[in-house]
Amino acid sequence: MGIDKEMKILLVDDFATMRKVIKNLLKQGGYNSIVEAEDGVAALKVLKSEKVDFIISDWNMPNMTGLELLKAVRADSDLSGLPFLMVTAEGLKENVVVAVKAGVSNYIVKPFTAEVLNEKIEKIIG
Amino acid sequence: MDVRFINAFIEGTLNVTKTMAMVSPVPGNPYLKKDALANGDVSGIIGLTGDVTGSMALSFSEKSILKIVSNMLGEEISEINKDIKDAVGEITNMISGVARKELETTGLTVLAAIPTVVSGKDHSITHVLGGPSIIIPFAMEEGSFVVDICISGMK
Repeated sequence: MGIDKEMKILLVDDFATMRKVIKNLLKQGGYNSIVEAEDGVAALKVLKSEKVDFIISDWNMPNMTGLELLKAVRADSDLSGLPFLMVTAEGLKENVVVAVKAGVSNYIVKPFTAEVLNEKIEKIIG
Repeated sequence: MDVRFINAFIEGTLNVTKTMAMVSPVPGNPYLKKDALANGDVSGIIGLTGDVTGSMALSFSEKSILKIVSNMLGEEISEINKDIKDAVGEITNMISGVARKELETTGLTVLAAIPTVVSGKDHSITHVLGGPSIIIPFAMEEGSFVVDICISGMK
């Protein structure tokens, strides 16, 4: 099955600049339908109000972390099947284990290129 | 200071700047810094705990950070603004992340706090331990920046 480049991606990061960087990388990969949220709380609001096909979320954020968002998504019957890519500077093994246990679809450690981001997305939905 | 720590931060800096900003700064010889004055115009600092205690700072000259962030965002930025400060925090976070992962392979577990960013001419960098610190200078065509490390307790 081919990759749907029109899918709507929810990009969650507390740093507007980092959202801009990742958005640029996604656009290089052909993904143009992107909605943004500045933390887990704002992301849940978006998820309740519009249909999203894929979540890319930072781990370290104020109010609600990426891990808490992941757990909330997996616990919600309407959202639990959503692909969830965790983006973080935390490459430590114990954090990977925690994210996998919480049901993350895949994990990407910053810094990364557009190619690596695309590969991760395709691995999840391809 | 343990050479593993210096190498991990050199590796982290080269990896992050190349991957995110497509620049290849050249590291110079590390040296001891005794005062708290920052070397650059904008700095990010992050606390470190675990098998070591201390902090790591990055201090960029205006020209070097304008080049790095312009490349990261794919748009020209001509002054130190909110985007630049956000990016410095994120770059500090990423370099610390890569370095800590590198240190993990040598058996050291190091955790990091959330970075803070300071800017302005002649601003100071306050390390958790109060100093002195080791400076690793990096040179780019457009300008220079330094990695400033102050740690203790390496096991």
